[in-house]
Amino acid sequence: MIEIQNISKSFNEKQILHNISGVFDKGMTNLIIGASGTGKSVLLKCIVGLIHPDTGTVFYDGRNFTDADKEMKAEIRREIGMLFQGGALFDSKTVEQNVMFPLDILTKMSPTEKIDRVNFCLKRVGLENVNSKMPSEISGGMKKRVGIARAIVNNPNYLFCDEPNSGLDPQTSILIDELILEITEEFDITTVVVTHDMNSVMGIGQKILFLFQGQKLWEGSKEEIMSSGVEELDNFVFTNKVMQNLKDK
Amino acid sequence: MKGFGRYLMFLASLVVRRESFKTYYKLTIEEAVLVGVNSILLVALVSSFMGAVTTVQTAYNMVSPLIPKFIISQVVREMTILELAPTIIAIIYAGKVGSSMSGGLGTMRITEQIDALEVMGINSASYLVLPKVVASLIMYPMLVILAGVCALLGGYIVGSLTGIITPTDYIYGIRFVFNEYMITFALIKSFVFAFMISTISCFKGYYTKGGALEVGISSTEAVTTSVIAVLIGDYLLAQLLL
Ligand SMILES: Nc1ncnc2c1ncn2[C@@H]1O[C@H](COP(=O)(O)OP(=O)(O)OP(=O)(O)O)[C@@H](O)[C@H]1O
Ligand SMILES: [Mg+2]
Repeated sequence: MIEIQNISKSFNEKQILHNISGVFDKGMTNLIIGASGTGKSVLLKCIVGLIHPDTGTVFYDGRNFTDADKEMKAEIRREIGMLFQGGALFDSKTVEQNVMFPLDILTKMSPTEKIDRVNFCLKRVGLENVNSKMPSEISGGMKKRVGIARAIVNNPNYLFCDEPNSGLDPQTSILIDELILEITEEFDITTVVVTHDMNSVMGIGQKILFLFQGQKLWEGSKEEIMSSGVEELDNFVFTNKVMQNLKDK
Repeated sequence: MKGFGRYLMFLASLVVRRESFKTYYKLTIEEAVLVGVNSILLVALVSSFMGAVTTVQTAYNMVSPLIPKFIISQVVREMTILELAPTIIAIIYAGKVGSSMSGGLGTMRITEQIDALEVMGINSASYLVLPKVVASLIMYPMLVILAGVCALLGGYIVGSLTGIITPTDYIYGIRFVFNEYMITFALIKSFVFAFMISTISCFKGYYTKGGALEVGISSTEAVTTSVIAVLIGDYLLAQLLL
């Protein structure tokens, strides 16, 4: 479980995040949704510590991460896996080296243990026989899968995904979403997914936090999202024709 | 000035919170091969011609029959070892290696590879940049030595082929009143230039913001800033050490 309290962040006098608090539960896919430019990525980066928030605190299972000392930060970071928007694979390394990288850096496993673990994770995301390919030789969807494999290779307790299905076709998007959901439940981890894709919201939105211009306007599950009564959320949800029809029914 | 302050802080961040020695060792060797071996041909080519041209031009300017021929190669030696080899090669190094360091880091920045390292708890600046700087400090002086040798060879070959100066005169001139401090000075210059080019280029690349366009801009800035720094450094070192 991850808890955030009163997170605020400004860039160059412009406030991007306003006092955001919330809880992300274990064993669930927690979504942060909102339109482009509302600060979803900034919030995610505040949570994982890539950006230091101006005010506010992040707790990982009760451990204060924001004000933690170096050792504590390193310990928590060991438990974090993150999938970046573009995959963020190291382009000078092969697929196998990419997935193995966290193990090289963070663990003292033997080479054979590492290979086994890498192959297990690659298989888990549905990739086989691509170990020696370079990131430039594989498709966008495969990059995302490799990114997921790298994120889960060190058995994280917390998994973060920034727009896991942006730039993918609808079918692949659903596969990736389902993969994230399965992994979350299978390994009982706390997963936080940033997205603005309504398909994902309705597919894997077990718990949803809605951001609008840097403020948290609503929180709930996908079952409740239709009847939130929040105008901004309705505007966000029902821009899609299919969704509009659903509502009218 | 603010930029310079950030540059100093960047340098400090390279040496704090490092990874294990073994990690750096491997990365440094890889970088050294990349920056050194891949530049050998270009450096050899440019410096051979540099030596050849200097020989021809010096001979052309020495019209008086009273000046002995071996002075030509002495002048070539002074010019190439002291100035041309370390400085011209620095400009080439900035253009070839500096721009690719900056472009590589810039790309890693905008594609979030640097963020990915940070999330894993790695000091990305140190992990990515320190090996490049150390590799430059090792390889660049070697390239300069190579350049010096090639330049003198270039002069020798052109001198004897065109009959400007006989091989005996040429070799006599090269050894004539030779001051070893020249080599020391050239090496000091090499270390300073290698440090400046690699750190400035990495600094520019590491702090790239935006997209592909900005990566290009960073690379260009890396080259111009390093070249200016090298020229200023060249002047200051000459004032200080000669
Ligand atoms: N490092 C930064 N410096 C200055 N401004 C920033 C920085 N990072 C983000 N911003 C600004 O913060 C705002 C929110 O950006 P953010 O990337 O969080 O949006 P987002 O909700 O993730 O959008 P998208 O769905 O398009 O990814 C934007 O206006 C952006 O310009
Ligand atoms: Mg974003």
